Amino acid sequence: MPKIQKPTGTESLILRKVLRYVRRYRLLILLSVLLSAAVTALSLYLPIMQGQSIDLILGKGRVNMGGLMQILFVMGLSILLTSLAQWFQNLINNRVTYHVVKDLRNDAFRKIQRLPLSYLDSHPSGDIISRVTTDADQFAEGLLMGFTQLFSGVLTILGTLILLFTINGIMALLVLVLTPVSLFAARFISSHTYSFFKSQSEIRGEQTALIDEMISGRKVLQAYSRQEQVGQQFDEINQRLQHSSLYAVYYSSLTNPCTRFVNSLVYAVAACCGALLALSGRITVGQLTSALSYANQYTKPFNEISGVITELQNSIACAGRLLELIELPEMPADPPVPESIEVYRGAVDLENISFSYTPEQKLIENFSLHVVPGTKVAIVGPTGCGKTTLINLLMRFYDVNSGDILLEGKSIYSLKRSDLRNGFGMVLQDTWIKETTVRENIAMGRPDATLEEIREAARSAHADGFICRLPKGYDTVLGKDVELSEGQRQLICIARVMLTLPPVLILDEATSSIDSRTEMRIQRAFDKMTTGRTSFVVAHRLSTIRSADMILVMKDGHIVETGNHDQLMARGGFYTTLYNSQFASV
Amino acid sequence: MKRLLPYLREYRKECIIAPLLKCMEALVDLFVPLMIADLIDRGINGSDKSVILSVGLYLLLLAAAGLALAMIAQWFSAKAAVGFATKVRIALFKHIGDLSFSSADQIGNATLITRLTGDINQVQSGINMSLRLLLRSPFIVFGALIMAYRVDPYSAGIFLITIPLLALVVYGVMLLTVPRYRKVQGKLDGILRIVRENLAGARVIRAFNLQQKETDSFLEGTDAHTREAIRTGRISALTNPLTYVIVNLAATLLIYVGAIRVDNGILTTGQVVALLNYMAQILVELVKLANLIVTITKALASAGRVGTVLETVSDMTYPADDGPEVEHAGVSFRDVTVQYAGSGAPSLSHISFDARPGETVGIIGGIGSGKSSLVNLIPRFYDPSGGTVLVGGHDVKAYGRDRLRCRVGVVPQKATLFSGTIRSNLLFGAGPREEVSDEDLWKALETAQAASFVSQKPGGLDEAVEQNGRNFSGGQKQRLTIARALVRKPSILILDDSASALDFATDAALRAALAHLDFHPTTFIVSQRISSIMHADRILVLNEGELSGIGTHEELLASDPVYQEIYHTQFREEKDHA
Repeated sequence: MPKIQKPTGTESLILRKVLRYVRRYRLLILLSVLLSAAVTALSLYLPIMQGQSIDLILGKGRVNMGGLMQILFVMGLSILLTSLAQWFQNLINNRVTYHVVKDLRNDAFRKIQRLPLSYLDSHPSGDIISRVTTDADQFAEGLLMGFTQLFSGVLTILGTLILLFTINGIMALLVLVLTPVSLFAARFISSHTYSFFKSQSEIRGEQTALIDEMISGRKVLQAYSRQEQVGQQFDEINQRLQHSSLYAVYYSSLTNPCTRFVNSLVYAVAACCGALLALSGRITVGQLTSALSYANQYTKPFNEISGVITELQNSIACAGRLLELIELPEMPADPPVPESIEVYRGAVDLENISFSYTPEQKLIENFSLHVVPGTKVAIVGPTGCGKTTLINLLMRFYDVNSGDILLEGKSIYSLKRSDLRNGFGMVLQDTWIKETTVRENIAMGRPDATLEEIREAARSAHADGFICRLPKGYDTVLGKDVELSEGQRQLICIARVMLTLPPVLILDEATSSIDSRTEMRIQRAFDKMTTGRTSFVVAHRLSTIRSADMILVMKDGHIVETGNHDQLMARGGFYTTLYNSQFASV
Repeated sequence: MKRLLPYLREYRKECIIAPLLKCMEALVDLFVPLMIADLIDRGINGSDKSVILSVGLYLLLLAAAGLALAMIAQWFSAKAAVGFATKVRIALFKHIGDLSFSSADQIGNATLITRLTGDINQVQSGINMSLRLLLRSPFIVFGALIMAYRVDPYSAGIFLITIPLLALVVYGVMLLTVPRYRKVQGKLDGILRIVRENLAGARVIRAFNLQQKETDSFLEGTDAHTREAIRTGRISALTNPLTYVIVNLAATLLIYVGAIRVDNGILTTGQVVALLNYMAQILVELVKLANLIVTITKALASAGRVGTVLETVSDMTYPADDGPEVEHAGVSFRDVTVQYAGSGAPSLSHISFDARPGETVGIIGGIGSGKSSLVNLIPRFYDPSGGTVLVGGHDVKAYGRDRLRCRVGVVPQKATLFSGTIRSNLLFGAGPREEVSDEDLWKALETAQAASFVSQKPGGLDEAVEQNGRNFSGGQKQRLTIARALVRKPSILILDDSASALDFATDAALRAALAHLDFHPTTFIVSQRISSIMHADRILVLNEGELSGIGTHEELLASDPVYQEIYHTQFREEKDHA
């Protein structure tokens, strides 16, 4: 049966998905809607009661105190009820809003943990962060608050009209006909302001870019005495900004006076006509005051609604961005019946693997490699040649396109990811330190480790010395209490692996930004770790490369040569060229 | 704010006119209830049609007058606010340009950028709102009170109780919630931190199978945020119901009191209605005032921050005249010590050496040994805390700011390019009004080993450079910044570890080309690689801020333990396998 595809606007699609998150709170939302209806009805009825009481105050000696007291008592009661209902409604809205935000955020975060790294690598983290934080906030505030406002706004308009008609048809028609004027005025202004706002934000963006660039490069600027030229450039942008800002600010500030003016017009006409009607006895003075107070408030919900609609659209857009993240395809699940590894010895086999990040650009094709336990494999090549690709494949950060990778003779795709990764220890050049204590940072792979074990690992990594000199030793919160140097960060990362000491190691040697002495220490730590273990080292140092049992030479993402140092030198290929240019000319 | 007020002086006229007109507009609003009272008492109850029509006409006139007044007032306040912000921005930008390195370092780049953008915008809207509402809102509140008093002093007593009560609720809630909102924001920042950490550390987290642990701590974070936000929301949820109760109960009381006084013939019905209308006006304005106070508080805080930057005085002074010429200048350090503010140990202590004109000086040492600090003293980016730096035999403090810097070519550690073209970046290195031919640019590129990749670009010299030069690789950027320094044919050339991204072969070619420059600059090369500086005429070995040794490669290798150690770590393999 072919399905008939209904054309669905993206907005309604998003709304439907959003409903999933809101459904959980449907009872609360229903209650909020009921309360909102009660608040609107009661507060609309108040002017009527005020009018009725005015009608009991006719003049000297002509005041019906008995009747008045009765009305005033009802009024007081309804005022108390209204505010109570309002309060409850606020509390409920609060609760629903923040819980929905929380649900969305939690889902988004869980998704981040399950996204393939290819997504994280290719998307700026700032964008993902703003979805989880700003978009979630805007969505909740806009959609939920907007919804109740829209509801009570519409209710207010309808209620006002009905009540006005019950007072007097002519008055009601007058208000009905005149109010659109205020809407037109508001629309007119906002459409005219828009272009100024747009150019303002464009120029502002241009200016921020200039500021950003010039402040970041201020030392170069001063070194070359270019302040004056840059100042001129800045002044020019500033002048344009001043011009467009002035008009944007001015025109937007006209909205209030203009709607106020139209309101006053309606009010004047209504007052005049109402008074004439009262004169002919068709309405009472009390009814006139009620009608006037409606006329005064009537345009308010209209203005609010037009504001709410923009906000709703904005929040739907935010919800869309957030849902887009939540609905991203996840990485393939672990096999339902995973194999397990009893004893890790460190045997790794690549069987005829092919891999590329993008289909257009082939990288590794039909590559096989057999690594017996205890082998030291060095990966070398010029900068940016894709040395980390192999790490990505071994750790299953990326999956091969074809072929298989075996750990201890078992396909890594038949294992649980966590079992696979337990077999590997990884130290990347791009160090990552969590904002927590040194202790927790080191114990990442073994949260149950004792302090003595942690210290032992740190000692092996030559990190114990500087850690003890930190303000609170192993309880120092990194990134908050202190900022570590690049070399120190690397030592912490090494200590992490020292603590778990898995059978296979993946190490990324440091290139720059570490001075020779620290580098020597790191090297000693690396050497200690790799003894007796299978290791894959992205190597920059001659000694590592020479002592490797096997060297993989990479160029432009491909593995072009394999062998040990002497074999490769004898071949006189790319490795020889690389070796000569990198090291021999020293 | 005090520091910024002078920039508002030019708009003194606007700053007086705008609030004045807004008050007049408010006065117009205050008349409306009186007109309505008249309409009821003389028009309806007095059965006078002409009164009704004239009141209608007056109401229309008042509305038109209000609009006109507001339109003019808004224009003046927009003009003052925007003009003021522009002036402050220009002044601040110029001021930052004049700050010495160390003064600006202490403030920090991120802070400087926020001051120039967000903070100034905040002040602008603060001033705009203040000019429009700061006088108007209290004017209406007290105006309504006075009008009520004029209508009936006795009933005005109800106003006297209501106004403080409303103010108490509105500002009390504000006072209670503002610090709590800050706490909520803090919790949100925590959530943000976890997300950022998890994105940056995705590989490590997965390698250690920490996803569940991280998720748990995130859920804890969102839970805490939600709790705090709901708790705060509970307080602000009180504002509307409480103000509603106060105003409307006061209105009810007003009707009751009014009824008795009408019965006794003291008040008319219309006057009671007028009193009710004044009550309604007060609430609207008090709410506006509360919002205004939030805006003003933020703006004042921003103004204070901007003011602090403007008050930062540069800790460097320059002589009035340009000072001596700088040609073929040698460089001498005499017992120079540098200690940065707030740091325990000096970055450089008691450094003395001489470099003759045209010599090449290599500087080597570990991270934090003071290499950059040393070369930064030569163009006087920083002043030493002790001792003297001499260029061409004169104290660097004897030169005018631009005189010395125009003759020094500095290639900083971090290769910074600006958006524009390759040409515009290279011309950065030329004097402001200096003519430079394309031939000169290519020559500089050639020396910097950049000519080959620039000529391969489709646009050549006019190839676009994106912000921060992100469309060039690290090595390319370094070579372009070296070329930039060469364009001015400096008397002193400083390369601050600026060839670190180059491979050994390119680095060697660069050094050879620099040695054959026809304008023979005195050259300082800072590096961590022995190979980059071993051929220098003179090598300074720095170790934790102290000059450990000075001499040629051979001399140092024979005598200096630090140099020997560095050499050993970098060349050990060579010897082992030789």
